[in-house]
Amino acid sequence: MISADLNIILPEIILAIYAMVALVGAVYTGKDALASLLTWLTAAVFVVVAAWIGISGAGTNVAFNGMFNDDGFARFAKVTILLSAAAVLVMGQEYMSRRGILRFEYPVLIVLAVVGMMVMVSAGDLMALYMGLELQSLALYVIASLRRDSVKSTEAGMKYFVLGALSSGLLLYGSSLVYGFAGTTQFSGIIQVAGEGHTTLGLLFGLTFVVSGLAFKVSAVPFHMWTPDVYEGAPTPITAFFATAPKVAAMALFARVVHDAFGGVVGDWQQIVALLSLLSMYLGAVAAIGQRDIKRLMAYSSIAHMGYALMGLAAGTEMGVKSMLIYMAIYVATNIGTFAFILSMERDGQPVTDIQSLNNYSKREPGKAIAVLILMFSLAGVPPFIGFFGKLEVLRAAYDAGLAWLAIAGVIASVIGAYYYLRIVFFMYFGDEDAEGLDKSRSPVLYGFLMASAAVMFFGLINLFGIEGPATLAAASLVN
Amino acid sequence: METIILFAPLVGAIIGGFGWRYIGETAAQYVTTGLLFLACLLSWIVFLTHGPETQHIHILDFIQSGALDTSWGIRLDRLTSIMLIVVTSVSALVHLYSFGYMAHDDHFGEDQNYKARFFAYLSFFTFAMLMLVTSDNLVQMFFGWEGVGVASYLLIGFYYKKPSAGAAAIKAFVVNRVGDFGFALGIFGLFMLTDSIQFDVIFAAAPALAETSVHFLWTEWNAANLLAFLLFIGAMGKSAQLFLHTWLPDAMEGPTPVSALIHAATMVTAGVFLVCRMSPLMEYAPEATAFITFLGATTAFVAATIGLVQNDIKRVIAYSTMSQLGYMFVAAGVGVYSVAMFHLFTHAFFKAMLFLGAGSVIHGMHHEQDMRNYGGLRKKLPYTFWAMMIGTLAITGVGIPLTHIGFAGFLSKDAVIESAYAGTAGGYAFWMLVIAALFTSFYSWRLMFLTFYGKARGDQHTHDHAHESPKVMLVPLGVLSLGAVFAGMLWYEAFFGHNVNKFFGIAGGDHHVEASHDDGHGDDHAKDDHAAADASHGDDHATDSHGDDHAMAKVASGDAPQGAIFMHPSNHVMHDAHDVPKWVKVSPFIAMLIGFIMALWFYIWDPSMPRKVAETQRPLYLFLLNKWYFDEIFDFLFVRPANWVGRFLWKRGDGDVIDGSINGVAMGIIPFFTKLAGRAQSGYIFTYAFTMVIGIVVLITWMTLSGGAH
Repeated sequence: MISADLNIILPEIILAIYAMVALVGAVYTGKDALASLLTWLTAAVFVVVAAWIGISGAGTNVAFNGMFNDDGFARFAKVTILLSAAAVLVMGQEYMSRRGILRFEYPVLIVLAVVGMMVMVSAGDLMALYMGLELQSLALYVIASLRRDSVKSTEAGMKYFVLGALSSGLLLYGSSLVYGFAGTTQFSGIIQVAGEGHTTLGLLFGLTFVVSGLAFKVSAVPFHMWTPDVYEGAPTPITAFFATAPKVAAMALFARVVHDAFGGVVGDWQQIVALLSLLSMYLGAVAAIGQRDIKRLMAYSSIAHMGYALMGLAAGTEMGVKSMLIYMAIYVATNIGTFAFILSMERDGQPVTDIQSLNNYSKREPGKAIAVLILMFSLAGVPPFIGFFGKLEVLRAAYDAGLAWLAIAGVIASVIGAYYYLRIVFFMYFGDEDAEGLDKSRSPVLYGFLMASAAVMFFGLINLFGIEGPATLAAASLVN
Repeated sequence: METIILFAPLVGAIIGGFGWRYIGETAAQYVTTGLLFLACLLSWIVFLTHGPETQHIHILDFIQSGALDTSWGIRLDRLTSIMLIVVTSVSALVHLYSFGYMAHDDHFGEDQNYKARFFAYLSFFTFAMLMLVTSDNLVQMFFGWEGVGVASYLLIGFYYKKPSAGAAAIKAFVVNRVGDFGFALGIFGLFMLTDSIQFDVIFAAAPALAETSVHFLWTEWNAANLLAFLLFIGAMGKSAQLFLHTWLPDAMEGPTPVSALIHAATMVTAGVFLVCRMSPLMEYAPEATAFITFLGATTAFVAATIGLVQNDIKRVIAYSTMSQLGYMFVAAGVGVYSVAMFHLFTHAFFKAMLFLGAGSVIHGMHHEQDMRNYGGLRKKLPYTFWAMMIGTLAITGVGIPLTHIGFAGFLSKDAVIESAYAGTAGGYAFWMLVIAALFTSFYSWRLMFLTFYGKARGDQHTHDHAHESPKVMLVPLGVLSLGAVFAGMLWYEAFFGHNVNKFFGIAGGDHHVEASHDDGHGDDHAKDDHAAADASHGDDHATDSHGDDHAMAKVASGDAPQGAIFMHPSNHVMHDAHDVPKWVKVSPFIAMLIGFIMALWFYIWDPSMPRKVAETQRPLYLFLLNKWYFDEIFDFLFVRPANWVGRFLWKRGDGDVIDGSINGVAMGIIPFFTKLAGRAQSGYIFTYAFTMVIGIVVLITWMTLSGGAH
């Protein structure tokens, strides 16, 4: 029995052991001298594990009496998380080592965070949920303030920690309410109590608190306030990490909770999720307009994008989950390319984040400028780039679920949001001639990620690289 | 061969329009002109060799959807072949003429290339016009109809640097849209009622349409009358009939060869062609044809009165064109379609020639168009003078009364007037046309006298340098003058005489005619016989029984009438036109003489007379000089209100409401919220925590109010 259970969570166990071995090994040997090697090694391990999960996994396996689910949905999310984490590690390695902040703890902490995320997306019980969430969060708090000598970085870590503690409190309080009213912490038990469209108000209160805690993790409005500050303050590679893997994990967990535990009362949580989605889309679009710092801008951009992903979730249907998964995958692919570009923004060797520095960029580096243009258009949802198809999917899911108003509001928000993406393009192509430019980038890794991401944006229009099939299976395994 | 005729101008237009950069302007001119002459030659071969029978030539399929089948095809019958020679002959000659006329143009700089473009437009026009006249269904016809409209627009506005040319082009386009709207409605109506746009099917259904009523706008209409009327609105626009005529005089802003080709010989006659083509329908629409007759006669009269006092040589001819178009519509309206086509045919020659002659004068006088500045040009422009003289003799209708000897206009115009007398029992249309004939004679001779006789007036320098046009311009004049002299006499029998049935392929043996009428004009009224349509369908029973059957029954059984035009068995107008009293036959000649003598008196014997008359009859003079104030009235009634509505929708609707709200949102409201969001992002952790708490409170409240309720 136990061996079967362990077999199911083998990937998580292996990663956890790897993290500990790496930590202890590095402490007793070369310490930071090993950091680069460790980073590359970790990325490789992530890719291997992702391949393993992606290829070998089949069917739905439940471990530890339903505490842990290994189903298509979890696997889809895990593969996305692992691959994006690997990409971010590789991208940030050079940046961090040049600035002396590439410590050997960094890849280890990332591994622990990823393990937490993997537990989150597989959670079948409120306990497992909280364990995974806290493992992830604690690791993230630390790496947010990795740059200990920087006020901004430490401030970011501090804010993230305090507010994260508050959200954990909300989540725990909600969990206790749910346990109180449902009599169980298992999702399969909760859904029996809260099924058939009728449930007690106490359980709904619990649900609301749990949703609030999760909304903090996906940085949905009004639980988003930490996001711009943390994105700005954290070193850029870590911002890139924040913008990708944890978002996927939190969104997947969100979907798991509302469908696995509260799938019977879709009507009740639908309106909350729709409200969060609406607020996020608009705040993300409106507030980003005032930003001059590209990292803050990307923070608001991610808030807006979480709004769209939540719109898919708000549909409360299988198609909604599928559209959310596709949207998240596209979002991650786009953000990796965008952050690869932001990482390469330097002047005199120092990182620059002011969007004014992009003035006239197309003259200096036309190839990269066109790639950024494609990424920005994709983020804005301009066809034929795949960002458009992601939006189309969630809009269609929302519309089919009877949330036409939300879909229309989403379209309007995307029009508003297009402004700041296009402004970046404007600066690159029609900006001030005399403005001081950026250095020529020297990193082939970043160049490769940027170009690959832009190519994905363009060639993905053929059939979205076939992710629609796995996403459909994943959604089917979650929504019954 | 027919396909080559049709596509040679298109090929020319494409090569000339897009290829001149590679082959050079001169080569482009030669290519377009050469292809046009080829088309012209083939057209004459078709006209002379092709019998009267109707032939369908399929070119390619276009749209096939449900009952709608808009294949591209040629319907080759007599009507088509007449139009083919008219269009290609005039067009080819105009191409040739343009070599000289467009050689130098002050409207364009030295370094501007305009010639190839001009020739390409001309060829494109010719293609569209051929498309129109050869079509075997209404949609293809509409394509050609719009194509000639586009070409006309492009050519009127050819001197695009002149604001007046641009305005005239737009005016022509917009006024034609009004007519086209009617035409389009007519097509829709026919498709709705007959489920087809093919002429054959529509013609076969015409008798049934006459019995159908259809609801349109506020009341019930007789379907045939309504549809005929709607189609005629299209014809009114294209053929510059009264109320939709205002664009034609302004169209003279285009280069003179354009006026000759498009606004005299071909495009403006498309309306007449349409009415004749739709004769099987028109025959069942008595009210509509009565209206056509009335409007045609009125147009002929009004245009002639305006022509009396105009001073611009091209405008005089333009009003003359409009007047002659009125004649054609009268003939078509009373049901003598062959005569309408006859006048169209002869008119194309002499009017094109008058225009080209006027162009030659203008060319020789350095683009001076005001006749008051001409005078005494007979010696300077001898060939042009003789050509214009022949044209004038033709348009005024000079010939030997009571015989069939005379200039082209004499035969065709008299045929029209006789038909009008017969068709309206000596009524309104007849008298209008006779008076118009008098005026026609007056203004045509006035033009001749002012231009070629008397003393040289105006700028002495211009007169000193007046010169005869080059040969390339005179040759077309010569060719056309042949037509102006002989076209009437040669084809009189075919259009109005004893051979009409044979010529137009209208079926029906003599025995049938004998059976229904017993006067001596056997062949003459064979056209009364309706075609028992058998040839095209190969229906045995039709051939067997067409002897004494009433034609009506045949049509109802679903066969299209045979032949290019159709005259209902009860339509005896053509026959009666031959039996009108002698004074009716002589009347146009008398009118012509009166007009001639008046012109002689006013402009040769006593040149002070015009001034005196103008002063004593000042209101009338001004009324005519200002073209019956049509432009002003239209301006007041339509243009200015439309302008006002447009301006309102633009400034208030688009500018203030749409732009205003978008800009207001984009530049006012959203920045406001942006600022607000920026301020909320205070950087203090307690603000953030507070926001979260507020958020959870809102969510809980929301959940309590709505979620837990059920």
